[in-house]
Amino acid sequence: MEFLGVLLQLLDATIRVSVPLLLAALAGLYSERSGVFDIGLEGKMLAGAFAGASAAAVTGSAWLGLMAAIAISVFFALVHGFASITHRGNQIVSGVAINFIAAGSTIILGQAWFRQGGRTPSLTGDARFQSITLPGADAVSGVPILGPIYSDLISGHSLLVYAAFAMVPITWWVLFRTRFGLRLRAVGENPAAVDTAGISVAWLRYRAVICTGVLTGAAGAYLAVAQNAGFVKDMTAGKGFIALAALIFAKWRPVPVMFACLLFGFLDAFAIRYQGLAFPGIGRVPVQLMQALPYILTVILLAGFIGKAIPPRAGGVPYVKER
Amino acid sequence: MSTPYAKLPAWADYGLIPLINLVVAFLVAGLVVLLVGESPIRAAGLLIDGAFGSGSGIAYTLYYATSFIFTGLAVAVAFHCGLFNIGGEGQAYVGGLGVALACLAFDGIFPWYLTFLFAILGSAAIGAAWAFLPAYFQAKRGSHIVITTIMFNFIAASLMVYLLVGPLKPPTSMAPQTRTFLDGAHLPKLGWVLEAMGMTVRATPLNITFILALVASVAVWVLIWRTRLGYEIRTQGFSPRAARYAGIGEARIIVITMLISGALAGMMALNPVMGDQHRLQLDFVTGAGFVGIAVALMGRSHPAGIVPAAILFGMLYQGGAEIAFEMPHISRDMIVIIQGLVILFAGALEHMFRPAIQAAFASISPRRAGLEPAKSGSV
Amino acid sequence: MAEAAIELIGIDKSFGLVRANRNIHLEVPRGTIHGIIGENGAGKSTLMSILYGFYQADSGEIRINGQPVKIDTPNDAIAAGIGMVHQHFMLVQNFTVLENVMLGAEGAPLLYGSISDARAELKRLEKDYGLEVDPDAVIEELAVGFQQRVEILKALYRGADILILDEPTGVLTPSEADHLFRILEQLKDEGKTVILITHKLREIMAITDNVSVMRQGEMVATRKTSETSVEELAELMVGRRVLLRVEKDEADPGDVKLSVRNLTVKDSRGVTMVDDVSFDVRAGEIVGIAGVAGNGQSELLEAIAGIRAAVSGDVIMDGKPIDVTGAADPSDLRERGLAHVPEDRHYTGLVLPFEENENSILGYHYHARYLNGPFLNLDAIRDDAKDKIEKFDIRPADCRLRTANFSGGNQQKIVLAREMEQDPGVLIVGQPTRGVDVGAIEFIHKRLIEMRDKGKAVLLVSVELDEIRSLSDRILVMFDGRIVGERDGEATEGELGLLMAGVEQREAAE
Repeated sequence: MEFLGVLLQLLDATIRVSVPLLLAALAGLYSERSGVFDIGLEGKMLAGAFAGASAAAVTGSAWLGLMAAIAISVFFALVHGFASITHRGNQIVSGVAINFIAAGSTIILGQAWFRQGGRTPSLTGDARFQSITLPGADAVSGVPILGPIYSDLISGHSLLVYAAFAMVPITWWVLFRTRFGLRLRAVGENPAAVDTAGISVAWLRYRAVICTGVLTGAAGAYLAVAQNAGFVKDMTAGKGFIALAALIFAKWRPVPVMFACLLFGFLDAFAIRYQGLAFPGIGRVPVQLMQALPYILTVILLAGFIGKAIPPRAGGVPYVKER
Repeated sequence: MSTPYAKLPAWADYGLIPLINLVVAFLVAGLVVLLVGESPIRAAGLLIDGAFGSGSGIAYTLYYATSFIFTGLAVAVAFHCGLFNIGGEGQAYVGGLGVALACLAFDGIFPWYLTFLFAILGSAAIGAAWAFLPAYFQAKRGSHIVITTIMFNFIAASLMVYLLVGPLKPPTSMAPQTRTFLDGAHLPKLGWVLEAMGMTVRATPLNITFILALVASVAVWVLIWRTRLGYEIRTQGFSPRAARYAGIGEARIIVITMLISGALAGMMALNPVMGDQHRLQLDFVTGAGFVGIAVALMGRSHPAGIVPAAILFGMLYQGGAEIAFEMPHISRDMIVIIQGLVILFAGALEHMFRPAIQAAFASISPRRAGLEPAKSGSV
Repeated sequence: MAEAAIELIGIDKSFGLVRANRNIHLEVPRGTIHGIIGENGAGKSTLMSILYGFYQADSGEIRINGQPVKIDTPNDAIAAGIGMVHQHFMLVQNFTVLENVMLGAEGAPLLYGSISDARAELKRLEKDYGLEVDPDAVIEELAVGFQQRVEILKALYRGADILILDEPTGVLTPSEADHLFRILEQLKDEGKTVILITHKLREIMAITDNVSVMRQGEMVATRKTSETSVEELAELMVGRRVLLRVEKDEADPGDVKLSVRNLTVKDSRGVTMVDDVSFDVRAGEIVGIAGVAGNGQSELLEAIAGIRAAVSGDVIMDGKPIDVTGAADPSDLRERGLAHVPEDRHYTGLVLPFEENENSILGYHYHARYLNGPFLNLDAIRDDAKDKIEKFDIRPADCRLRTANFSGGNQQKIVLAREMEQDPGVLIVGQPTRGVDVGAIEFIHKRLIEMRDKGKAVLLVSVELDEIRSLSDRILVMFDGRIVGERDGEATEGELGLLMAGVEQREAAE
């Protein structure tokens, strides 16, 4: 029983830290599947977190915070689209630029508006997404094993957590069961085929990066308005890049993306909980190794040692009509 | 059929367009200043005054520029081979390890110039080593070097934290840093040069590494445009198929280029670690690796452009500190925004204004604009 | 004549200074197969791209079934009932046939119902036109002929009445091509209008009702196929161009310099491109390899030059083997006297952003005479380049000029000068005059003959039959990766054309 409790706590923490990764990785999936590489997930998430916390602090409404987060994140996504779709600029360079602009402006504006050293005011009450107790959670908590799993692990998260996990089947459905998804996958593989089929490559890709903006905005809002009670500077702390790693690790497929994010989230939760724990036979594993593990695993995957991650064929290449 | 690059005279291509991109970046940055309720014009005045208004200001500007020259060159060398080394930050960070190991080993034995020599070798070697695996995986296994170098940045950060809170920390100390180096690992300052020119320089970190950075700039120019290796790097960068045709081994040239790139990034560590702080600290790179991207883009991967671009960013860092002091609503993070805007406008959107400028040239003198070919002495 | 399905009136289109189409008039009667022929670069593809809304004409009018229409995008073309089968298939490689056919014509926003509708429609089309293909097969696993069928199905699925095929047989085997022609006949019988773009006269004569000839951006003639002949069309195509007969003496072949034995090469997908090929090239002779583009000539050349690894076989030069299956290094081959003028000068033979003098050492850049230790000896390199510029009459005579700013002919001369001036024993040349102006063609041909007369072994690959015939002492015809025949330099066009079409081979097989 003791063990189950500890395990549930660990898994509960895993879910909490996985959610921003999951939202951001699914965000990246839309863009990259359409052939637009995005290493600016980090920046968009950060800008979303800041806008979300600011709007929630000013209006007292978590929902308005979420909307503001999405709006600003979509704006940055459109900047990325403008550079890489309309002007056929280098998508990597554009992503790097957005990360910097977001990192700098959240601090500058935060300080100018709230004067708390880059923090936004602490959010309380309705300005934050509160955890939801699922129906019957209290009633079943006494049932052995399944009871605690339902009441402690599955119940008791904020709405955004459930929304994030719901996005996995929704993304799968959009990608493989809708016209938009069919075209999105096609444009990431062979934009010329889409163009000759009478579909606008640019508009399709713009819609894809807007999806990316919406989801990175939600990821930022989760960080600042649900998981934490406000924005602190650089609060994404590389999560956008771990999400990118998870996306690659999952080979750009929605359901594996969820498992990759849960794996990386678990590593993180585990590292925090068991700092300095000695393993039988291995000895003490430095917490830094645990933190670096998602990156190391992704490099190993990319090098083709565990399967092969083949990106969308047209990824990173601006579409130019051939003569 | 025709290259879009042939339509403008060289001075417009290499001077006017970057200038316009830069101006637009600053105009947008000015809007941000307005947004926080300060005057952009006053901010610009403070910036320039802070960076160049005093001997100390100039010394600080050049101190920062030193780091950016190294990281800018690192990015540029990789660009010439068609590679995007986004891992300068991590390579510089572990490069600090090479500096620290040399200093800790020799600071009590050697005079500074011998220690410096070992520190140069150490930083270059470890920086290069950190670039090796991404290069090798790109060359042999086709993994995207942008992603792997990003991953290596984070791995480097974890590794350095591990080393600085553990093995490298003196047992008696609490702070995550090495012991302070002895005099045998303190680089000479260059403040006296400015004082000799009549300026007043208080204790500033500008040190001999600045000279090394200038030497590295010349060396990179020679390497890229005057050696067989540089010829092969450029061939690979412009056209991998032509390189294959010419018998230039792709894997070999990618790995060599990245080793050079990583070594240059690693040498950046000399400036803060050995020239200023005299110990290895956490996060001493403070984004210089990423500034290198902006510097290389603005300098169009040519040392003659990189050095002024690095000085411009040095000016932003130094002058930005001055603004932060005078304007309470603006911190040094303003520079990060400007850096992002420069990367956006000089990099991702570099061709945004080109059609308009070409049209303008064509209307002024249609024959010239259409026919005069751009000479390519560089890039 | 039936009512016109398509009328083009005064179409003009320029790209910069190049006038790709000038004042084009064309009338295609409904329910016919209309051929459009012309040499590479005559403007056929541009014209069809305008008809399909890929480009907009600078001026002129398009009428479909007598109605003026404005075609600004492929969508407009599709709405007007025009379907196009592109030379390079516009298919998503990792999609199924069904997904490819549906793309852009899905109907509803949700695929739920449209998938079964599409499946049923595919069944019907399959039955009506004999276009069998498994709807659930993934494109990258299909043979080229089947991929083309998917392209045709895409057009029919969108209800196309007018079908444009751009060089459809270039990638097909003869039996696949025959099957295609049967399909086209069937489409015609159903009342569809077909436009067939090609440069192969045999196809025109075999299948079309009418034929229009394009030359240098202009539509020079339209004929009823039954009232014209191969000779007339050929003349219309090339105009009153002087026949490219280069003055040359009888060859005096010496020893075997290059010997290819049982060479087999596969492409990256594992498709056999060169199949058990053997031949010799002797000193003092030009051996020409004729064939329709894509029959393995490019891969053959690349394998010999050490750029592409062969699967099996031997290549022997001057009695010593070249390691073509392993790590043949192009530099080693150059050291042994093998010079290579690649087919693709833009990305292989030259580095276009380089200065001219930098390109004039590409592949020889490590030679001691161009270096001072690890450094480039710029004086030597530039002097050397100036020398070549003079000898090969490269214009403008400026070795510091960016290579991209030279014309195609002069770019090709830069490559030729570099390779020939190394005084190689063996010269292998691919498409030496593609995209080269007439004056330069003559110059290049003379130089190749000179090389032969100096006792070099020259292997020439070209899709221009004229070029092969006028230069070669011996002609090998490649078809579907194999050498299907050898003729001397006096072989007639018809004879070679039959071989290139794989006709004799099939007769032998039967």
